[in-house]
Amino acid sequence: MTKTALDTRISRKFRALSEAGELGLVAYVTAGDPTLDATEKIVLAAAAAGADVIELGVPFSDPVADGPTIQRASERALAAGTTLEGVLGVVKRIRAKSDVPIVLFSYFNPMLQMGLAKFARAAAEAGADGVLATDLTPEEAGEYRNALAANGLDAIFLVAPTTSDARLGAVAEASSGFLYLISRNGITGAQDALPVDLPALVRRVRKATKLPLAVGFGISQPTHVTVLGGLVDAAVVGSALVAEIEKAGSADAAANAVAAKIASLKGAASKGVSKRSFDAP
Amino acid sequence: MTSAPVHVLPDAKGRFGAFGGRYVPETLVAPLEELEAAYAAAREDGSFQAELNTLLRTFAGRPTPLQYASRLTEFLGGPKIYLKREDLLHTGAHKINNSIGQGLLAKRMGKKRVIAETGAGQHGVATATVAARLGLECTVYMGTDDMERQRLNVFRMKLLGAEVIGVNSGSRTLKDAINEAMRDWVTNVNSSYYLLGSALGAHPYPQIVRDFQKVIGEEARAQILEAERRLPDLLVACVGGGSNSIGLFYAFIADSNVKMLGVEAGGRGKSLGEHAARLAATQGFDGARPGVLQGTYTYVLQTTDGQIAGTHSVSAGLDYPAIGPEHAWLADQGRAEYAAATDEEAVAAAKTLARQEGIIPALESSHALAELIRRAPGMKKDQLVILNISGRGDKDMEILSRYV
Repeated sequence: MTKTALDTRISRKFRALSEAGELGLVAYVTAGDPTLDATEKIVLAAAAAGADVIELGVPFSDPVADGPTIQRASERALAAGTTLEGVLGVVKRIRAKSDVPIVLFSYFNPMLQMGLAKFARAAAEAGADGVLATDLTPEEAGEYRNALAANGLDAIFLVAPTTSDARLGAVAEASSGFLYLISRNGITGAQDALPVDLPALVRRVRKATKLPLAVGFGISQPTHVTVLGGLVDAAVVGSALVAEIEKAGSADAAANAVAAKIASLKGAASKGVSKRSFDAP
Repeated sequence: MTSAPVHVLPDAKGRFGAFGGRYVPETLVAPLEELEAAYAAAREDGSFQAELNTLLRTFAGRPTPLQYASRLTEFLGGPKIYLKREDLLHTGAHKINNSIGQGLLAKRMGKKRVIAETGAGQHGVATATVAARLGLECTVYMGTDDMERQRLNVFRMKLLGAEVIGVNSGSRTLKDAINEAMRDWVTNVNSSYYLLGSALGAHPYPQIVRDFQKVIGEEARAQILEAERRLPDLLVACVGGGSNSIGLFYAFIADSNVKMLGVEAGGRGKSLGEHAARLAATQGFDGARPGVLQGTYTYVLQTTDGQIAGTHSVSAGLDYPAIGPEHAWLADQGRAEYAAATDEEAVAAAKTLARQEGIIPALESSHALAELIRRAPGMKKDQLVILNISGRGDKDMEILSRYV
């Protein structure tokens, strides 16, 4: 089984969360927004505040899966000269100071242009633990998966409300570390409420895999996290953090704001009501 | 000589050789599979084809003439030039062929709303027109730079009842309009149909768009055989995403003696950002390498670290950083040749056709003519050329009036 073949910081973290009966918090930030130095500070502050996994976004010129908040972050990061190589550099700097699991969250083309084998080697050497490609499904990912596996990196794929039962199994089979469940049809961005059909969707996905399940898209508030506590293994928060960074006047202010947001979300995650109400898989 | 070529590509994975495929967010996989199945069924359905043919004939104005351009031929002193007059179609360009086909497909799939992107506005106008004719809601995304240079088309779309949404991100042109259309589709995937306008994007779009445009070449092939009793030596068409050119070329792919020439936008310079030439690398244009953009693996203008580059062209319809995957394959096979014409050459060509033939072509089509003007003196007088006039120039009057 490919899922258990890799023992990464990601799988160890999800095991620990499961044993503690605690909902994990996955924190997304766009690398290089507003600078790579700021990203280092923000990520370290996020990890210290309780983020269980960091998703580090590699900025791309044409982020079709992202809403306005992350689009603007990508534009700021690219305007600051951020490249994939630079992002790997900041991973290395973070890894020297923290053991927090890091997932690179990228569109496919920047990795493809670096060369998939070269990218996977460099990402592993820098200290990344897994990779998620927004516009890549298992059908097109043969070479990519081989390159990641050869370097001990988890390949995280996404499933969506539109994913058929037949595909759920296949996508989960291609994934390791965890499976990313998109909560609703649409693009990234904070929403007021979680979709009402989310529990049914989660049940459908649970039937297809024993992988840890992280839910993302639209999650921004402690109440969302509280609801997810009994449902899934982790909540992904992205645009809500990026919006804090956008508002902040300096790298330190951004780091503080992100840490405060994470602390409040993590507080909701570890409260009794959010404790997992069923046996861990 | 009259038999149609055997259809082989794309393969089951949507590949034209190495190019094409389906690189999309997971949410779009199921709707693309649904589209693929619906299209496969429609293709085999006689009543769908009959309805399509009726609309093409009675609503769009097909067949379009193949006109012998006697004065242009004499003026250039080279080969005998025929013009395929797609500019005579309803709404003024070849785009209506595809919009009718996909509009019918959307209806067949039970969708009430279509989403489209547009560069020059021709695809947006064609889609707004078809949506009105078929009783569908229509939303068109258009870069704000393009809205500025194609104001008349924006008005036309609104008059036809479409909602036009300006896109202010990135380069504010066709590429960004496609991004925004994809975001709309991924959000409204159950109710809406994405009516993509060029032979681009994730499988099955490059195939669907080509199939709805191949009528151009099928007619032209029969028309030239009737007029000249032989096949042409050369086909010339402009290439943005590549729908009018693949539409002209496709019926001739198996005719190995027929050369095919695609003409890209050479813009105002050869460095990255100054042009939209993806395949004309032999002419020294910078920055095109195979990569993935908006669902497909093809030649893409990009920086060394994989960010999509800006482009420039006087013609909004050619101002796009990637080329349709079937063109990438035709180029790699050596089956088609690609060249580029500059802004200035295109404007001059538009003026030439206006004076010699009484036809004001779209700036897009003018690029194809510009390259033919360059090559004609080196060709023999007994050679035959078909030039696709993919659209008319009415929409370009403001820009032309600044140059001419």
